[in-house]
Amino acid sequence: MIFWQLFYTFCQIGAFTFGGGYAMISLIYSEVVERQGWLTAAEFTDIVAVSQATPGPVGINVATYSGYTAVVNAGFDPWLGVLGAVIASFAVLLIPVILMVLVLHFLQKYRHHPLVEKVFTTLRLTVVGLVAAAAILLITPITFGTETFQLTASILIFLIVFVAAFRYKQSPVLLLVLSALVGLALYA
Amino acid sequence: MIPLMEKELVNRRGWLSQEEFLDTLALSQAMPGVFAANMATAVGMKRRGVLGAAAAISGNIFMPVLMILLLAVFFRHFSDNHWVESIFKGVRPAVVALIAAPVFKMAKTAGISWRNAWIPVLSALLIACLGVSPVLVVLAAAAGGFLYGAIVRRKEGKA
Repeated sequence: MIFWQLFYTFCQIGAFTFGGGYAMISLIYSEVVERQGWLTAAEFTDIVAVSQATPGPVGINVATYSGYTAVVNAGFDPWLGVLGAVIASFAVLLIPVILMVLVLHFLQKYRHHPLVEKVFTTLRLTVVGLVAAAAILLITPITFGTETFQLTASILIFLIVFVAAFRYKQSPVLLLVLSALVGLALYA
Repeated sequence: MIPLMEKELVNRRGWLSQEEFLDTLALSQAMPGVFAANMATAVGMKRRGVLGAAAAISGNIFMPVLMILLLAVFFRHFSDNHWVESIFKGVRPAVVALIAAPVFKMAKTAGISWRNAWIPVLSALLIACLGVSPVLVVLAAAAGGFLYGAIVRRKEGKA
């Protein structure tokens, strides 16, 4: 049952996401693209692009989008797609919110316990690996193209945007709009 | 996003003091899940309990969910469109670069050193090259950190 699968998968994604939106990407990718096949790698990258250019958090955006697309791809009515989107968005928040409520109620006093701090130090380092993995996973023929012209253009765009973001701290929205224009100029 | 939150929650509404704000911020970032929604939960809880949390989260995610739903409907109809496809051909490599760019800054914030650099490197390799689920990697990291912390404490206790 697709609705149950959406609920279960996004509950899991929410529960295991530490360290914010970028860390979420490799987790969502492995569940939504590799395991469930609800989205293609290209669709997934497109949603991440949209999430970076719009104010909503990546995790919720991908949940909403996958919920709708998975249900409609499975042959259901678009209105049930809306239901799927709502279920997935709700699910991704469910466990973290319950944990927040519990921690605020009962566990505040353990926050600075040395063991808790050690666990979070290790998790913060692991999250760096998770983000790096997301970038590596998304360098595919689907996102970069296969024929020489597109591949060369893609590698150039990648390098320029990387340097602009890393070295010169340019805003993601600006860089995405510019690369969209480059896309139009090159391929349209 | 954080300066915007501070302006609304501390200065304009006065729902949190400066100190409460920083505390809530740290907790929301440390806990799993979506940071903005965690923040909304904490503020809602503080003001009006569980119902307040539910109200704050609903307000927090209403617009993003609506916006992405409209986009999802739009994409279904226009994904074959030549113009839309051209735009995304340009955008996809940029997205990958934008994900890769903060890795080094994050590593610095996480307190990376030659002694612990193997943790992020191994995590990335396991996930990207061997296809290990990130869920397992996160669980292993938490367990490893806990065990390591416990052993260090025991040694210090004896010394």
